[in-house]
Amino acid sequence: MDFQLTEEQQMMQRMVRDFAEKEIGPVAQEMDASGQFPWEVIRKMGSLGLLGLPVPEEYGGCGADTITYAIAVEEISRVSGSVGITLAAHTSLGLDLIYRFGTEEQKHKYLPSLAAGKGLAAFGLTEPEAGSDAAAVKTTAVLDGEQWVINGQKTFITSGSIADVVIVAAVTDKSAGAKGISNFIGEKDTPGFRPGRDEEKMGLKGSVTSQLFFEDCRVPKGNLLGQPGEGFKQFLITLDGGRISIGAMAVGLAQGALDAAVKYSKERVQFGQPIARFQAIQWMIADMATEIEAARWMIYRAAWLKDQGVRFTKEAAMAKLYASEAAERACFKAIQIHGGYGYVKEYDVERIYRDNRLTTIGEGTSEIQRLVIARQVLGKF
Amino acid sequence: MKVVVMIKQVPDTNKVRLDKRTGTLIRKGVPSIINPEDKNALEEALKLKEKTGASVVVVSMGPPQAEDALREALAMGADEAILLTDRAFAGADTWATATTLGHALKKIGDFDLVLAGRQAIDGDTAQVGPQLAEYLKIPQVTYVRELIVDDGKVKATRALEDGYEEIEAELPALLTITKEANVPRYPHAAAIMTAYREQEVALWGAEDINADPESVGLKGSPTQVKRSFTPPPKEPGQVIKSAPSEAARDVVAILRQKNII
Ligand SMILES: Cc1cc2nc3c(=O)[nH]c(=O)nc-3n(C[C@H](O)[C@H](O)[C@H](O)COP(=O)(O)OP(=O)(O)OC[C@H]3O[C@@H](n4cnc5c(N)ncnc54)[C@H](O)[C@@H]3O)c2cc1C
Ligand SMILES: Cc1cc2nc3c(=O)[nH]c(=O)nc-3n(C[C@H](O)[C@H](O)[C@H](O)COP(=O)(O)OP(=O)(O)OC[C@H]3O[C@@H](n4cnc5c(N)ncnc54)[C@H](O)[C@@H]3O)c2cc1C
Repeated sequence: MDFQLTEEQQMMQRMVRDFAEKEIGPVAQEMDASGQFPWEVIRKMGSLGLLGLPVPEEYGGCGADTITYAIAVEEISRVSGSVGITLAAHTSLGLDLIYRFGTEEQKHKYLPSLAAGKGLAAFGLTEPEAGSDAAAVKTTAVLDGEQWVINGQKTFITSGSIADVVIVAAVTDKSAGAKGISNFIGEKDTPGFRPGRDEEKMGLKGSVTSQLFFEDCRVPKGNLLGQPGEGFKQFLITLDGGRISIGAMAVGLAQGALDAAVKYSKERVQFGQPIARFQAIQWMIADMATEIEAARWMIYRAAWLKDQGVRFTKEAAMAKLYASEAAERACFKAIQIHGGYGYVKEYDVERIYRDNRLTTIGEGTSEIQRLVIARQVLGKF
Repeated sequence: MKVVVMIKQVPDTNKVRLDKRTGTLIRKGVPSIINPEDKNALEEALKLKEKTGASVVVVSMGPPQAEDALREALAMGADEAILLTDRAFAGADTWATATTLGHALKKIGDFDLVLAGRQAIDGDTAQVGPQLAEYLKIPQVTYVRELIVDDGKVKATRALEDGYEEIEAELPALLTITKEANVPRYPHAAAIMTAYREQEVALWGAEDINADPESVGLKGSPTQVKRSFTPPPKEPGQVIKSAPSEAARDVVAILRQKNII
């Protein structure tokens, strides 16, 4: 057993923290108010290799382990949930699908520029009628000579309208149910592909969440990922990893809320003393710190299991479930500690609370995580 | 061209606590970083590397954990790293530090430019750079915020309180760099990995640099910290609340009384 980050992981943590505080911190509040996508930040992250961390070097990435990647998502999210989810969706959904299931040719074609942050990747799974029930996707892909013809609609796709590459889940064999779904690599300017509106969200306002439309959108035959019918299995594997990153995002947001609460509670004076002297406040801080610590180690452990190459479905679901719900509690308390000031936009905790709300919903709701965990714990009976 | 940058690892805080008994800094539990202005010095070196293909060597004297600071310098783009570490170096004052660094530079030999930070945020003396230049008997320019290397010479802009000086010096020379010089780059994530997985930090002890153990460390230190203390907070100033015309008269009277005017 070794509960220490390696020197290398620690340096990466320092670098990303430093970057996030200096380059993202000053614009985080404004991003939330304006809803502008932070292209400048994303470009800088790309130039530092932060948009291709777990991608092997031969495809233009850094070859970092999953713990290092989780640390990066956490540190970025500590300062901005919007940039955190953009990083998470790009890396552990978009890039992961290509890296894990793409051919050598597909990997060499798409990964280097995406890993360098020259463009973003997105994964289009969710549809108006297929959310938690991902096998219910209705988008279809039909082979016509050398091309697949895609028709359908996607919704809630992170970076969907601004991505260079969108992986699209579509039904290639209606009769086969979940085994009739396949994933395709789509490029942004393909005729027949049209982004719809970007959603007006409660939080994560500096990230883009889009509707996507496909009307006789033709992609080359070679853009299929793996074999026809493997799509469902592919994205279940990828989503296991994605859960680690949404969990890491929640830990980062919660840590940001705790940092703000600690600072505020020492500065705010009521009844002649800093409110941090009141036991009621101390207990909230103690609970926040404890739950964040637990969540962080659950994330690290799931990430570690992933790097060992063993199954980590249950641990990733547990870590994501616990981290997102612990973060919800931490954000609630951080606002409570700020009193009325926590309810106004001038203070970061107001934004963090809204940003974190997504983490119990995206990449599988808490209910779906419990369903996954219970299935693993109960086994067949 | 070979540029050598002197790197000191310092605690990441400007509120260093002192051990009341020994008078030395308490380093335990405080994360360590590269001294901020040493990063500025390194950034200047890396810019020279990009412009002229210079090779950049980073050198630090410190305990074994100072290796981390050197790995970070490698990740930022330095080509070679040397850690001077030996029990004999412990307890060095600025003189002994400069002597030790000087021995290492003599061993390196073929350097053209030595860059140091203006000042370390913990020791704060700003002495090591100038002492090192004296030891090496090479020209020195302190407080540099801009530099151009051309034709065996360095042209440096020195920031003074009330203006700038432009100074030209023959190479090899030593420059101390201020934080106004540049914004140091972040290391690339892949370079962090390479710095740990593929690059080496050479470890040199007293013998490796031919240093007489009597001339380095505590033994080679002519100064000793006798006592450290936190200065008492400044007393609040005097506030004169009378009407402006009277107040002006009062202020003049006080200034006269203190022989200021
Ligand atoms: C900001 C944001 C970004 C997103 N990014 C992406 C993206 O990049 N790519 C993508 O494909 N999708 C993305 N999504 C979609 C997201 O994954 C879905 O919203 C999520 O999976 C839930 O689906 P749904 O919204 O249709 O809710 P529903 O599935 O309709 O769920 C409604 C409620 O019913 C519950 N429920 C559903 N089924 C069960 C069950 N079997 N047992 C118990 N309870 C159940 C749910 O837990 C929830 O409480 C994003 C969503 C948001 C808000
Ligand atoms: C092992 C060890 C033990 C020590 N023990 C004591 C002690 O017992 N008592 C005590 O008072 N002090 C001790 N010191 C601190 C020592 O006095 C200072 O490190 C040294 O004198 C530098 O002075 P300064 O911090 O004022 O640097 P400054 O003169 O302000 O630094 C200017 C520049 O010189 C360079 N530089 C300075 N120090 C180093 C270095 N070590 N390696 C490479 N470059 C450097 C950097 O470029 C820096 O920016 C110890 C240091 C070490 C490494």
